[in-house]
Amino acid sequence: MTTANQSAIERYRNNFLKEVEANVEEGHMVKMCMQCGVCAGSCPLGNAWEHSPQKIFMMIRAGKRDEVLGSDSMFMCTSCYNCIVRCPRQLPITHIMHGLANYAHRLNLAPKGQPTRDFATLFWNNAIKKGRVNELTLTLRHYFRGGLVSGIKEALGMQSIGLGLFLAKRLNPMEIFGGHGVKDLKGFHAIIAKAKEIEDRKKGFTA
Amino acid sequence: MAKKEYAFYPGCSSQLKASASNYLVSTNSMCNALDVKLTEIPDWNCCGASVGYCEGGELPRIAINARNFAQAETHLPGQDIVATCAACWLGARESKERLDGSAQLMKETNEALAAAGLHYSGGANVRHMVEVLIEDFGYDGLKQPMKKSLEGIKFAGYVGCQTNRPFGIVGESFENPLYLDKMVETFGGEALTSYDQKVTCCGGALAFSEPEKSQKQIRDIVESAYDAGAEMIVTPCPLCQANVEVYQSEINKKQGTKFNMPVLYYSQLMTVAYGGSAKDAGLNGQLIRAEKLEKIAGK
Repeated sequence: MTTANQSAIERYRNNFLKEVEANVEEGHMVKMCMQCGVCAGSCPLGNAWEHSPQKIFMMIRAGKRDEVLGSDSMFMCTSCYNCIVRCPRQLPITHIMHGLANYAHRLNLAPKGQPTRDFATLFWNNAIKKGRVNELTLTLRHYFRGGLVSGIKEALGMQSIGLGLFLAKRLNPMEIFGGHGVKDLKGFHAIIAKAKEIEDRKKGFTA
Repeated sequence: MAKKEYAFYPGCSSQLKASASNYLVSTNSMCNALDVKLTEIPDWNCCGASVGYCEGGELPRIAINARNFAQAETHLPGQDIVATCAACWLGARESKERLDGSAQLMKETNEALAAAGLHYSGGANVRHMVEVLIEDFGYDGLKQPMKKSLEGIKFAGYVGCQTNRPFGIVGESFENPLYLDKMVETFGGEALTSYDQKVTCCGGALAFSEPEKSQKQIRDIVESAYDAGAEMIVTPCPLCQANVEVYQSEINKKQGTKFNMPVLYYSQLMTVAYGGSAKDAGLNGQLIRAEKLEKIAGK
């Protein structure tokens, strides 16, 4: 069985730019980058990026497929949109970073255990389960991601904050039994399933 | 009949007993004073937030936002959609702009919506509550129901990211937006214009996944408020509010600081200025009590 990754390599051969343009959200804007570096200097987590957005754009054009899609850089994006508003060529940098991260994640090339990759996945699954975010189960699942022992340790560390939020009526222990959600859950899930089906077909995630 | 009516999109964090429930309480009080009628979009769903990108992808995120638009269009025709959460506003408005700009995306989205018997035809404006206040009421209009002055309190106006970028409030700059300061001054408070971390990112969702990196951001945001002489921080964003308030004790524990800076919503300030009680303003929802504001509310 060919994986989505293998078929993408097969289809685009050595043209990674073309692959990004076709399959990554807002990827068609990558070639507009003029390498000025304003994005790199504007990022609040700039120091944490192995490759800045500026560098990633050049790496895409240079065909560095494995290095880009295997990097944890895109997961450093906090979605602050500073790069977007400052980019002199008006590249939607935030969206391209999200798109690259999504593409790498879906092809299973993104680094395993990358904390933001895991949290972002947890968040989406939590939100769509009932149509609204369940903050309690989201937090607990995040703390217990590494197993019971580390989870208890982490949760205990945050105990006073949790208690404070509970007393301030901003955290509801009863949410463990379900919490808020949409009424037409069946319809909501049908919309997502259909949207995913269309997107997966277009981007080649279903080989 | 109310002076103005809107299709309200409160968002997940503003629900009962969720992390920004005090935002909702104070928004309702503020809107009562302004004679604004907010009607919740029937059966609204999560916007997917920015961090939904990894697993969600593009079309599913747009489709769930379009579900809210379709509901608003059908059940609250002609009303603007108004969000209080920065991420809800951004997620919804971004989706709407993509749909407006691409017939292909609109077609695919409606194909997805049809799975639930819904259709979106492209109406429904998406706005943030702050836009509504400034554009539909104006600073003078906001002052009209004022009963008490916030005189004597020094506020650092922390605008943050997503109510400011990439859309922001019309006429404001991305680097130094002034609307929050103007709102503070409208109600008699002292706006500290020298506050230099006004548009710094709090780390957003990475407060969970990369706590060290985001706590560095939060430390800068709070420290700069102290440096400017602030007694309170005020913000329009629920994630900014939660991150900047909640993690102060963590930073104190790890780094030996003595942060104890209240972080409020503009709607809480306004509720107090409009004569509301501390409870009306959701001040009992603060982890770090805003005592000076409680005192004015109790007068």
